[in-house]
Amino acid sequence: MPSPSWSKERAEAIIEAHRRREGAALPILHALQEAFGYVPEDTVPLIAEALNLTRAEVHGIVTFYHDFRHAPPGRHVLKLCRAEACQSMGGDALAEAAQARLQAGWGETTGDGSLTLEPVYCLGLCACAPAAMLDGKPVGRLDAKRLAALVDGARR
Amino acid sequence: MTARVYIPADSGALAVGADEVATALVAAARRRNVVLDLVRTGSRGLYWLEPMVEVETKAGRIAYGPVGADDVEGLLDAGLLQGGGHALRIGRPEEVPFLKRQTRLTFARCGITDPLSIADYRAHGGFVGLERALALAPAAIVEEVVQSGLRGRGGAGFPTGIKWRTVLQTDGAQKYIVCNADEGDSGTFADRMIMEGDPLVLIEGMAIAGIATGASKGYVYIRSEYPHAVAAMAAAVAAARREGYLGPAVAGSAHPFDIEIRVGAGAYVCGEETALLDSLEGKRGMVRAKPPLPAHRGLFGKPTVINNVISFASVPIILSSGAAFYRDFGMGRSRGTMPIQLAGNVKRGGLFEAAFGLTLGELVDDIAGGTASGRPVRAVQVGGPLGAYFPRALFDTPFDYEAFTARDGLIGHGGIVVFDDTVDMARQARFAMEFCAVESCGKCTPCRIGSTRGAEVIDRIRGGEEREANIALVEDLCNTMKLGSLCALGGFTPYPVMSALKHFPEDFGASPRLAAAE
Repeated sequence: MPSPSWSKERAEAIIEAHRRREGAALPILHALQEAFGYVPEDTVPLIAEALNLTRAEVHGIVTFYHDFRHAPPGRHVLKLCRAEACQSMGGDALAEAAQARLQAGWGETTGDGSLTLEPVYCLGLCACAPAAMLDGKPVGRLDAKRLAALVDGARR
Repeated sequence: MTARVYIPADSGALAVGADEVATALVAAARRRNVVLDLVRTGSRGLYWLEPMVEVETKAGRIAYGPVGADDVEGLLDAGLLQGGGHALRIGRPEEVPFLKRQTRLTFARCGITDPLSIADYRAHGGFVGLERALALAPAAIVEEVVQSGLRGRGGAGFPTGIKWRTVLQTDGAQKYIVCNADEGDSGTFADRMIMEGDPLVLIEGMAIAGIATGASKGYVYIRSEYPHAVAAMAAAVAAARREGYLGPAVAGSAHPFDIEIRVGAGAYVCGEETALLDSLEGKRGMVRAKPPLPAHRGLFGKPTVINNVISFASVPIILSSGAAFYRDFGMGRSRGTMPIQLAGNVKRGGLFEAAFGLTLGELVDDIAGGTASGRPVRAVQVGGPLGAYFPRALFDTPFDYEAFTARDGLIGHGGIVVFDDTVDMARQARFAMEFCAVESCGKCTPCRIGSTRGAEVIDRIRGGEEREANIALVEDLCNTMKLGSLCALGGFTPYPVMSALKHFPEDFGASPRLAAAE
């Protein structure tokens, strides 16, 4: 996983690499999150300056999209699907079991910093529900036991 | 010896262990001194059989599934590479009834070819549509699409050719082709399957749209929840560019057209076309009022064709086989085929492409085989989170845009999510309001405020508080949202709510079932 620390120089280089693209804001934000694991608050004025927007406008963009984190995540990220197809296969109970096992709510990181739990509304794995994604790797046909093994394996 | 084996790299197959099977098979083959020619394909869409392994034999491809990594040694012992007998042997995939009953036009190559091989694509009929388009005048290409009867497969069902005609007839030095690949509806995965399994058909469809309307630049806006589709599309665009199918001279013609991949950021509302355009422009994904139509003033204010993945991916077959060929499938004003996605609590989940007209009952009971849990089917939600819940009593509804509208539902992007008899429909209605509240862009009041108030009122009904008065309030609120919202998010959230209330009123009363759940 990306390092939680960020550097102004690196952020400026990333912004510079994308700023001339049409509609550059999202590519820049994605690249920053890719590099740092989140979008550091201190990059907002840098983006605003580069794109000739106000800081308020950039803040508005960052906070509009669910993807952009405002703090560094844990070493692993588990996205658990909460949408209807997964609900029909027991997704709600699975979500409760995950929260209880991790002692973390949605968007929260476990006490040891090993894993962040995030909700996701559909991964397109609806014929293999309930589904999740661990560090970008899709997982389907989950049950409480498989989920526990997955989570414990990652945190070890 | 050398053996050719096909294993999907589709993310649905990966989710159930396709990579582990591929790794095990490669290692086992090496130990046995067998040279393996392993091709990673898309998925055939028979997800209950994934991971599905196919082997090339003299009798054609023979499939095995669902294969686990532990099964590999036993399968090789049984003669997997010659198509030998085994408990997991399915036989020829085309003979599986689920696949045999389909009409695969848009998905003709998905699961069969190497998604990134231009040679394979061409060998299976690829780029024939583009070549025909290049021999036609732009207006003639547009006319072909109009005549095919193709309607927007994203959900709205607006005639694709009419959009193209408007863009063709609008003056502009710069025009854009935008592909809406923000497939956010739960229960849908057709766009994902095409992007991962046959991305070149989407590229071909977009290139034809560019040539037809005079647009030189295309964007594919893919949701971030689909990292494998993003990677496959980016690789396919690079391959098409290398071979001259994208760039300053498409397939050696005078037409320039190129494609850029953009990634969304987790906002469901960006699947609405005008919100998507704002997002592509680097703004918050706020819905725009129409008019102006995107065809007149779309991306960066320029004339823009914006269509769903499946709409674009259906264009090459229309051009290669002709409008009449495509139009001859279907019923009423719903022409051609629709990739239907059977999902949720189903025995046989997957992609079922068929001409419009099959009934909901045939799809759910016959083709999907009922529930995975083995319990009775109680409700199905058709068309994603904004689609209505239908009870068994409506299972005679044919899969057709107008037939669903007539019964206060919609087919949307073709997803069907099945629920068994353990579902609490009041809880599903509440979820619909909650989802709308979370995902609302906030521009219009009925959606922004109505969804939050709606969730609160449904909570009161579920708590048994002034039931009659609160149900009347929800109905009134739904009416306001339906008529007063700017886009389909606020406008269609009433469908799941009202259909749950209408068809499953017992779940909104103080029944023992509800009391037990509290």
